[in-house]
Amino acid sequence: MVTLESFLNRLNQVGTLDDLDTAILSLSDELNVEHVVYHSVNSSGDQYAVTTYEPHWVDHYLGSDYARIDPVVQACLRRFHPVDWKRLDWSGKAARNFMQEAVTAGVGNQGFSIPIRGPSGQFALFTVSSKDTDDTWVKYTEEYTRALILASHYVNQKALEIEKGTDQADIVTLSPRETDALTMLALGYNRAQAADSLSISEHTLRVYIESARFKLAAMNTTHAVARAMNQGLLRV
Amino acid sequence: MLRYIYADELETLPRLKAGMFKDRAAQFSQRLGWEVTVDEDGFERDSYDDLNPLYILWERPDGTHGGSLRLLPTTGDTMINDHFTELTEGVKIQSPLIWECTRFCLARGAGANVSSALMLGVLEIGLKSHLDHIVGVFDARMIRVYARVGWGPTVLGTLGTGREAISAGLWPVEQSYRPRLLSKAGISSEVSNHWYGRSFGAIKEQFEAVA
Repeated sequence: MVTLESFLNRLNQVGTLDDLDTAILSLSDELNVEHVVYHSVNSSGDQYAVTTYEPHWVDHYLGSDYARIDPVVQACLRRFHPVDWKRLDWSGKAARNFMQEAVTAGVGNQGFSIPIRGPSGQFALFTVSSKDTDDTWVKYTEEYTRALILASHYVNQKALEIEKGTDQADIVTLSPRETDALTMLALGYNRAQAADSLSISEHTLRVYIESARFKLAAMNTTHAVARAMNQGLLRV
Repeated sequence: MLRYIYADELETLPRLKAGMFKDRAAQFSQRLGWEVTVDEDGFERDSYDDLNPLYILWERPDGTHGGSLRLLPTTGDTMINDHFTELTEGVKIQSPLIWECTRFCLARGAGANVSSALMLGVLEIGLKSHLDHIVGVFDARMIRVYARVGWGPTVLGTLGTGREAISAGLWPVEQSYRPRLLSKAGISSEVSNHWYGRSFGAIKEQFEAVA
């Protein structure tokens, strides 16, 4: 399973947008992809973008207003399901030419984009691209999609936190039931025992843990328990 | 036929759109007696319909609405987190791996296969999007309907009694439910994949063709 542990630890230390840029740019190695892009639009329309694409491609893209014809943008704007570029319609002349230019600029011939819907209409798009063959890409997306979804949302949470300003930075707060669930696991109970002790079903327990994990920006349950412990959120 | 459609694309299917909002009025306002808003067109709509949700619709052979439901990601605003945390022991359920399903609705006369087909649609998009769970808020009388579709929810909590009872439930997104849902819906795996591809695009090898 892909854990991205060192990336999440770096992300945890991020305090400024410059730090965040550096953390995002380092992701392409850890994710084994050619490029990464993170692009966010907040509720007031302010934009923030970080990418490993060649600067001349970014300039050309913006200068030619390619967002109008880019099938990825068209497919992800106001959406929320992850998109493999292979499912998009590249058959039109404008889209075909655009793709050809992108490939020449080193973007790669494969891509996967994750639209992110945050609070109060905030929207972001996280993309990875690659020069893999079709077979390799199918295997890659099967293995990495979950990690990509989580990593992209954690990047987005961090960007929102920085935008709010440090003096208002969110301290993670868990509801009592989320704390209970993580506490049981920290005490060494397995899921069945923890659910039993809390008089809830195992699926309910899983959802409480999943919800807590997102708030703690953790990749897996062990990581979530460790983070909650470090932040003094558990009574053990 | 199953269709997966975001709200901003509904205009392209005016008949299905009107059918869905009118059948929602019939189900939620008239039959279940919920306090919902029905506008002058006879459409039942709420503020979550304005957040560009993803709808899954069952289109009958004659093009009319057979049933539908509504999906939203729990990282944004959802009905359960805004209004029903009493049903989840105070936990705001938020995760990129959990989406919310609401407004499950059947047209009058729709058979049990339509319920199963709609939930099959939820499982298909859930599996393709690598989700862990679907969470939903529904009339407690729906628990029996859901149990019969082949993919019943774990009930997280119920508020109120009788006609007033509202429940929150949880569906684990797991491949193992797919064969049963396909069989109850009377749909083959290939056909279901085809419908998914019609809405979201089929996997194509076109980059090589242009490169």
